Amino acid sequence: MVTGVGVVAPGGVGREAFWKLLSDGRTATRRISLFDPTGFRSRMAAEADFDPVAAGLTPRQIRRMDRAAQFAVVSAREAVEDSGYDFAAADPARTGVSIGSAVGCTMGLEEEYVLLSDAGKHWLVDHTYGVPHLYGYMVPSTLAVEVAWEVGAEGPVALISTGCTSGLDSIGHGVQLIEEGSSDVVLAGATDAPLSPITSACFDAIKATSPNNDDPEHASRPFDAERDGFVLGEGAAVLVLEEKAAAEARGARIYGEIVGYAGRSNAFHMTGLKANGREMAEAIRVCLNRARLDPTAVDYINAHGSGTKQNDRHETAAFKRSLGEHAYRVPVSSIKSMVGHSLGAIGSIEVAACALALDRQVVPPTANLHNADPECDLDYVPRTAREHAMDVVLSVGSGFGGFQSATVLARAGAVAYEGAAV
Amino acid sequence: MSPTATSTAPVSATGVTNPTRAPVITGLGVLAPTGIGTEEHWRSVLAGRSAIDRITLFDPAPYPVRLAGQVPGFVAKGRVPSRLIQQTDRWTHLGLAAAEAAIADAGVIPAELPEYEMAVVTSSSSGGTEFGQHEMENLYQHAPDWVGAYQSIAWFYAATTGQISIRHGMRGPCGVLCCEQAGGLDAIGQARRLIRTGAKLVMTGGTDASLCPYGLTAQLTTGQLSTVQDPARAYLPFDADASGYLPGEGGALLVVEDAEAAEARGAGQLYGRVLGYAAAFDPPPGSDRGPVLARTVRTALADARLDAAEVDVVFADALGVPEADRAEAEALAEVFGPRGVPVTAPKTLTGRLYGGGAALDVATALLALRDQVVPHTAGPAAPAPGYEIDLVLGEPRQAGLRTALVVARGHGGFNAALVLGHPHGQPEN
Repeated sequence: MVTGVGVVAPGGVGREAFWKLLSDGRTATRRISLFDPTGFRSRMAAEADFDPVAAGLTPRQIRRMDRAAQFAVVSAREAVEDSGYDFAAADPARTGVSIGSAVGCTMGLEEEYVLLSDAGKHWLVDHTYGVPHLYGYMVPSTLAVEVAWEVGAEGPVALISTGCTSGLDSIGHGVQLIEEGSSDVVLAGATDAPLSPITSACFDAIKATSPNNDDPEHASRPFDAERDGFVLGEGAAVLVLEEKAAAEARGARIYGEIVGYAGRSNAFHMTGLKANGREMAEAIRVCLNRARLDPTAVDYINAHGSGTKQNDRHETAAFKRSLGEHAYRVPVSSIKSMVGHSLGAIGSIEVAACALALDRQVVPPTANLHNADPECDLDYVPRTAREHAMDVVLSVGSGFGGFQSATVLARAGAVAYEGAAV
Repeated sequence: MSPTATSTAPVSATGVTNPTRAPVITGLGVLAPTGIGTEEHWRSVLAGRSAIDRITLFDPAPYPVRLAGQVPGFVAKGRVPSRLIQQTDRWTHLGLAAAEAAIADAGVIPAELPEYEMAVVTSSSSGGTEFGQHEMENLYQHAPDWVGAYQSIAWFYAATTGQISIRHGMRGPCGVLCCEQAGGLDAIGQARRLIRTGAKLVMTGGTDASLCPYGLTAQLTTGQLSTVQDPARAYLPFDADASGYLPGEGGALLVVEDAEAAEARGAGQLYGRVLGYAAAFDPPPGSDRGPVLARTVRTALADARLDAAEVDVVFADALGVPEADRAEAEALAEVFGPRGVPVTAPKTLTGRLYGGGAALDVATALLALRDQVVPHTAGPAAPAPGYEIDLVLGEPRQAGLRTALVVARGHGGFNAALVLGHPHGQPEN
């Protein structure tokens, strides 16, 4: 059961600011301000207007933590507060943490590299300038450590790093910890703060990001015929996951129930996708099977919808392959049109969007969609949010390495099961 | 209209079936400072032959730590397809070579197995560290367009898992656990979960190769590395002269299979069974709550349905930092009684391999179970006063081994414990 939601996303910090952006169909993509993007092929990003002081972090935490860690801790705090779960009274051994991230503490790692190498001049970097927390930047596990410290978790703690599906896989892992009885409550989510020169340069090099620098606000155009790549983003989302009976017993507010999760891999190419969507379709099929749901039960699909030529076709094919005719009837949308693609974080941010969509019975739109690609012929909810009765929503992700993940959320009590789900 | 479940069977969102038999380990691929290949590694371990030497991968002269365990004479050419050599970091070269070796050892032909029932889950500590330093150098010495196309797929932590999945056509669920030096055990724990959710074969374990100037510099900031310059005296866990640890590179990959599936395909040797696993996390610094290692071990034993007295050997984490050694010795004495079980740490021969270390310890423990011998801990003279552990020193000790416990801890507070069983030594669990 999802009983708490915390979000740091472009366009505003906090769950409600995030939902307002989505339901208004506004975009948070703009020219990069976090560094000077002159000389880069893609000079845009969806940036979070995040002030760590205003967000309540202490000077010590701000000094020690990479931006990705700050996002994670602030999201976790919001989720904890939202859940009403009394972590202080809980047995720390029964609290778990599962955080996803694709690129870890890249920003801090790069900033310190510039200093220690004198802007790239020295291969033998000067160790005497190494800050005490440099190792914490080198290992992404720090992101999970910081969240564990925040809530005093002493159960299983893990950082899951499966590229752009990290945020779905970390929540899937959290659900596993509860199902197997290792934890009563898990803080599960993901964070990434990849808006730094090295990350921009590496996506430039493979022409994955949009070069439409003259019109940043409209550059992320999933499913549109004119789409030309994704727009980088940043942010975090953390959920409080609880075992069903316990959540109900304490009278928790329940956003939804995670009733299915599955991952598959295409074993095809690190970045390329076959047009037929075969392995994503398989992940969706297995996921629905685990949820014991017929494809026709799906009321909304939160797409990966990155806005690259190949992804949007691959994914459209995957939906048709897994849902059959129902794919044409179910609304599909990509919030990356508004908040960009925050790599590993986005999977959790999208699950958070699904939880809020279920809660509010509103489908967020695909912004900037004017002329759909003829090969993308589903209902992508163009530009305007839509009120829609939903019991079951599907969220999918696709990433480097060929990884394909799917998860299904159901409105509390909407699906009648025997046995326990989370 | 509310949807109805298509079945009323007990539900698991992640596809857990009722745990039946313990998964079996059928293949090992070792790429370690102690040897390329399982048997070479094992001979070095039993002979107490240390691979700790001056770093040659770069000039270590400016750094206070100049010793490490490097994989001797590792050349990717011939072990890794040429295309992948330039597209991936050394950490992935080692991983691909280890995976290849593990598959050969298991006698598996992946193309003959169902594609979606083969999974890959590895541990990574710091990703493609050296590759990343090179590309940052390109960026800052020159311009953004000097950064190569492969940075995007070589640096990130999932590179090794992804490349193994692609190379061997393994289309099941893939995973990457980053729990610093505990991650190797967590990856194997996750492999067991995947088997419980329908995977039949999981390629798991981990490698690491962070011996580059920026990687070493980052490691130095923890203050846990030993600056002693004598290779025989630098990494002495549990010794009164413990002064920290030395880094190393390499690791191991393992083929873990569903027991029935392994039987069905007529798997040859079984190295052992994964009987139990647990992970937990230490309280924040400054907390008055104690470390969780003893509880982690007990939870893993309970998971394995074993009493402490049924554990025949412990492969310790053995950080070599006095406070951590003391905490580990206390936890082991608490669970097993003072000097209640043989404890060893052959990792003094290799240094600590980060994402690959615990996986190599598991491989070594499986070889100990196979040959019924506890390898010794080379280096330390004796446990420091007050450490109530039976540290196996001087030479290997013959012993009847049915079970082995492997312990690993990671920077920040990660704790993990894995219980291995002899393939034929215990009733089915």
